[in-house]
Order: sequence, then structure tokens, then C-alpha cells
Amino acid sequence: MSEVTMRVNGKSVSGQVENRTLLSTFLRDSLGLTGTHIGCDTSQCGACVIHVDGAAVKACTMLAVEAEGADVATIEGQANADGSLNVIQQAFQDHHGLQCGFCTPGMVMSAAALLKDNPRPSEAVIRKYLEGNLCRCTGYHNIVKAILAASGQSVDAIAAE
Amino acid sequence: MYDFEFERPESVTDAVTSLQSEGAMPLGGGQTLIPTLKQRLNSPSKLVSLTAISDLQGVRLDGLNTIRVGGATTHETVAKQAVQHYPALADLAGHIGDPAVRSRGTIGGSLANNDPSACYPAAVLASDATIVTSQREIAADEFFDGMFATVLEEGEIITTVKFPIPVAANYQKFLQPASRFALTGVFVAKFNSSVRVAVTGASEDGVYRWSEAESLLSADFSPVALDGAHVSPDSMISDLHGSPEYRASLVKTLTKRAVVAAS
Ligand SMILES: Cc1cc2nc3c(=O)[nH]c(=O)nc-3n(C[C@H](O)[C@H](O)[C@H](O)COP(=O)(O)OP(=O)(O)OC[C@H]3O[C@@H](n4cnc5c(N)ncnc54)[C@H](O)[C@@H]3O)c2cc1C
Ligand code: FES
Ligand code: FES
Repeated sequence: MSEVTMRVNGKSVSGQVENRTLLSTFLRDSLGLTGTHIGCDTSQCGACVIHVDGAAVKACTMLAVEAEGADVATIEGQANADGSLNVIQQAFQDHHGLQCGFCTPGMVMSAAALLKDNPRPSEAVIRKYLEGNLCRCTGYHNIVKAILAASGQSVDAIAAE
Repeated sequence: MYDFEFERPESVTDAVTSLQSEGAMPLGGGQTLIPTLKQRLNSPSKLVSLTAISDLQGVRLDGLNTIRVGGATTHETVAKQAVQHYPALADLAGHIGDPAVRSRGTIGGSLANNDPSACYPAAVLASDATIVTSQREIAADEFFDGMFATVLEEGEIITTVKFPIPVAANYQKFLQPASRFALTGVFVAKFNSSVRVAVTGASEDGVYRWSEAESLLSADFSPVALDGAHVSPDSMISDLHGSPEYRASLVKTLTKRAVVAAS
């Protein structure tokens, strides 16, 4: 067992974990932050994408003890301070970027990581960036549209397809 | 996953000491090792994380013609920091897996693992790089020892990879979209007096140099120089994504494309 301390969505948290505890398990089971979804648990699907020190990572492929001292951001911390949806989340709703919603936390966290480095990505860049995020419902089209819209760009070109 | 002890030392010396206990293993980005542990295919008694060792981080120029990449440098960092010095290497790193894999996975982990479809082994072998470890320096030609095997000894850590910078180079990755590894990949590196060609994702023996192409391209660095070259499908990988014949054909096609792109 080890004691871990990290910041999660701006708050300092600590807990006792087994060394083998995955970061996704710590977030979901110890902290009750079940917005980080486990789709595959084999590093393939991206449903568990969160940010660790600003970078997109798969929470199912990192140990909780590796996040000692890190700054972690999950979907639960994405809404605006007044509780309303942030720009990316709102764009997913407006453009029907989700159906069952299972992949959505990972999609939103990946989108946020992309837009932080590249505020106006092209459609091709968005599609490439989402390579590691699988969605079984939407066909991706509306997810790409939502991210274009969230970055303040027109979605007309792909809306017509 | 079975439980293990965990340490995160801040120096190579401390890491080497930690790794001396029976059954201890280094942990790089965990992008291969953690999935392996989940399947209980491996059960180390201790994991020694290399991510807090600052000496193992980053890319820097060493003289005019060499770059040194720290053994625990992530793919994302290589993609960003090598771009000015060795663009073909940066491009390779920037196309490994997906963004979340690139923000954790490291060059040392990739080389130590020597997956037969991994990208970095092709770059290391084609560039005639040197793998510097906690014990010695190993030439690329001596390092890889068949699929998932290298000459690394237990507890030996890759601390730096020294890449001579070629005059021109290119990596062609034919994507296997389900795994996001290379179905087959070819790295061509042109130096002043020679050309080296390394192939990944094709042979059952792992990464290898295609010597016939090397001599043809050293004489004439153009795609037509390869027209008469022959790639045998013998002992090439066969899986549901491609037959040995398909991979043999890809080797030649990708080599030509790499030559065109590097020219
Ligand atoms: C979805 C997905 C897609 C991927 N796509 C690609 C791809 O397209 N191309 C590609 O090449 N790879 C790909 N990978 C593999 C990825 O690049 C891994 O990061 C890499 O193979 C292992 O690096 P790591 O740092 O994660 O090592 P780890 O998983 O931590 O370790 C792997 C092995 O190396 C050892 N090790 C780690 N660091 C060192 C060191 N410095 N010295 C000595 N031994 C060490 C460990 O003990 C372990 O045996 C993919 C992985 C995933 C999950
Ligand atoms: S649950 Fe982590 S990648 Fe699928
Ligand atoms: S909305 Fe159902 S998996 Fe993406």
C-alpha cells in the first residue's frame, strides 16, 4: 500500500492505494468520480482519457502511484464555475455529438487537450487527433462538427455531407 | 494484475540500485507493460518508474550531426523537440499510436520491448544509432535479438539513444488501424557515403536491414533503382491483416515511397 496525494480538478486529494491500483480505479472507486469511463481496460478505446499535468492520458493505463504530486483533470471539472456546460460540452449537445454518451467523457477530454494546443484545428487534424477515441454510436461526424464549432469555426462544410 | 512494490527514484544510480532486487523491472510509460501486467503475463516483484529521472528526459543536439534522446523521453516530446534536428524521427514519434499513448510511452520502453511491429526499432537500426545503457554502449546492429527480445540484461536501463543525423531520411508507416502500430513500416536513411534501410512489421525475426536495397540505393538513390530488387515472403509475419506475400510487396513499395519522400 502507498499513500498518494494529487490535485484532482483543482482540489488536493489523498488516499491509500495498492501499488497496482490504476488511476482510473482510484478516480472512480476511491473518489467517486465515475465520469471517467472504462470501455475496454486494454488501452484501446479512449473512454478513460483524462489530463495529467495538462496532457491527455488513458487513466486505465497509468498507476495511481504514478500520479503522485500530479495535477489531474477529469470530466467532472470541465463545466463552468456556475455549473453550466463549457463550450466543448455545449457544442457536443448542440451538434448531437453523443448518442449513448459512453465515449463522451473521453471525447470531451481529448477535444480539450487538442484545443489547448491548437485552438483552430482543421477537420483533418481533429479526425487524426481522435484516432484513440472510439465511438460505437455516432459515426464520429457530429463529434468532429462539435469540436469545429467549439473552436469557433463554421461547420457548414461538413454539415452538408 | 498482481501487486508489486513501487519506487520512483530521481537518479539513474538509484534506479540501478532499486532494480537489483530479484524480479524488479523498470517502468517507462507503461503503455505496453501495464496492459501486460493486467493480463498477468508478467508478475514483477517491484516496478521502478523511470519518469522522475530528469537525466533521462528530452532531446538535445550533440555536436553538429548527432542528437541524444533521453531514455525516458515520451513520443510526444520527441515529436516536438526533434523536429528541427531530425524531422523524420520527429515525424515517426508523432505518428505512434494516438495522442494519449504518445504522452506516456517512451523511446526506452519501445526499444526494450522490441515489438515486431513497433516504429522506433526501424529508426534506430536505419540511423545506425547507439543505445547507451546504465552499463555500456550498444550499436543498433547488435541490440535487437528477434521478436520481443534484445541484448539488454536484467536491470539494465536504456539511458540515452544517440542518433547520427542522416543527410535525408523518411519513415513510411503502413498503418494497421486496429492496433495503430505499423502493419509494415520502412525507414530509409541516407548518409554521405551509404544508405541504410530498416524494415519493421514484416519479419518473424523482428526489425531487420534490407541489404539488397541498401546497396542499390547507395549506388543510385532513386525509386527505380529498386525495380529489379526481390523481397522474399519466406519467414514473414502472417496474420489476419496481411499474408507474407502482401508484406513482402509492402516492403518494396514502402521503401520506394520513402526514397521519393526523402529525395
Ligand atoms: C493503443 C496503442 C497504440 C500503439 N501504437 C504504437 C505504434 O504505432 N508504434 C509503436 O512503435 N508503438 C506503439 N505502441 C506502443 C507504445 O509506443 C509503447 O509506449 C512502447 O512500446 C513502450 O514504451 P513504454 O514507455 O510505455 O514502456 P513500458 O510499457 O513502461 O515498458 C515496456 C518494457 O520496456 C522496459 N523498459 C521501459 N523503459 C525502459 C528503459 N528506459 N530501459 C530499459 N527497459 C525499459 C519495461 O521494463 C518493459 O519490459 C502503442 C501502444 C498502444 C497502447
Ligand atoms: S478504458 Fe482506457 S482506453 Fe479503453
Ligand atoms: S455516443 Fe455511444 S459510444 Fe459514442
